[in-house]
Amino acid sequence: MSGIIGKKVGMTSMFDAEGRNLACTVIEASVNVVTQIKTIESDGYVAVQLGFGEAKEKHTTKALMGHFKKAGTTPKKKLVEFREFNQSVSLGDTVDVSIFEDGDFVDVIGKSKGKGFQGVVKRYGFSGVGGQTHGQHNRARHPGSIGACSFPSRVFKGTRMAGRTGNDRVKVQNLRVLKVMPEHNLLIVSGSIPGAKNSIVIIEK
Amino acid sequence: MSELIKLVEKELTAERRAGLPNFNAGDTINVHVKIKEGTKERIQQFQGVVVQRRNSGSVGETFTVRKISNGIGVERIFPLLSPSIEKIDVVRKGVVRRARLFYLRGLSGKAARIKEKVHVATPKN
Repeated sequence: MSGIIGKKVGMTSMFDAEGRNLACTVIEASVNVVTQIKTIESDGYVAVQLGFGEAKEKHTTKALMGHFKKAGTTPKKKLVEFREFNQSVSLGDTVDVSIFEDGDFVDVIGKSKGKGFQGVVKRYGFSGVGGQTHGQHNRARHPGSIGACSFPSRVFKGTRMAGRTGNDRVKVQNLRVLKVMPEHNLLIVSGSIPGAKNSIVIIEK
Repeated sequence: MSELIKLVEKELTAERRAGLPNFNAGDTINVHVKIKEGTKERIQQFQGVVVQRRNSGSVGETFTVRKISNGIGVERIFPLLSPSIEKIDVVRKGVVRRARLFYLRGLSGKAARIKEKVHVATPKN
């Protein structure tokens, strides 16, 4: 597996070779720096750590400053580890969007937009209770029954109910790479990806 | 819209846009559309009056062409940047006073005619 850290720019649409109009998402992945290489001898597993996005020195802890200094790079906003990285890289190397090719399938990980406290209809796709007529009112978007009666005399753990929705780590799998634009550090994938514009996303191949 | 999105849209569409003629509502155009039938591909022509152009400037820009086919009004909407449009010929420029010619739907025969635009040289100075 290899991957890169990027930023969601926004959505647009483009035509493919067959003339279909596809919704697509533009991701900006300016240069990623290799900040650490983990090996079995030193860490017990193999991974490559990449850094993305410029951070201010005054907002970086001394410990992290030392970490970045070792890699010979400026402070970064986001550090992500990739297990079993395909490309052979060494400390301080840069990785960019050219690791992807048109037609590749990638997974994109991001943090979904926070929706606040939501009911079960929005949160879990329940269909609400009953209809609008026949004298029924005030329960159109309710969850309905949450369990049986004197047995078990309690509500099972994990029963889906209303609550905080969104702001979760979400992975969308098998998105086709429609176009790679290395001159602008841009990647265009088909479909939508989690998160708001300007949020940080991880693209895995 | 983000500058980067604008840049991407420009790069993706510049080539197609360059090959398109200028036309507006009221013009008569001939659209050559690629049609796939199984494995074969052929070109069909659709000639009529441009009724409107929508979302101009964006990647989703479309235009509507109206023609009378066997006495029945037919309108077809084309995405401007679609690769299935082989080419567009401007047959006739028309003089109209609005951007959307929906009033044509209520008219037929002589009343539905559109005056042709005659090129007038702009006087110097």
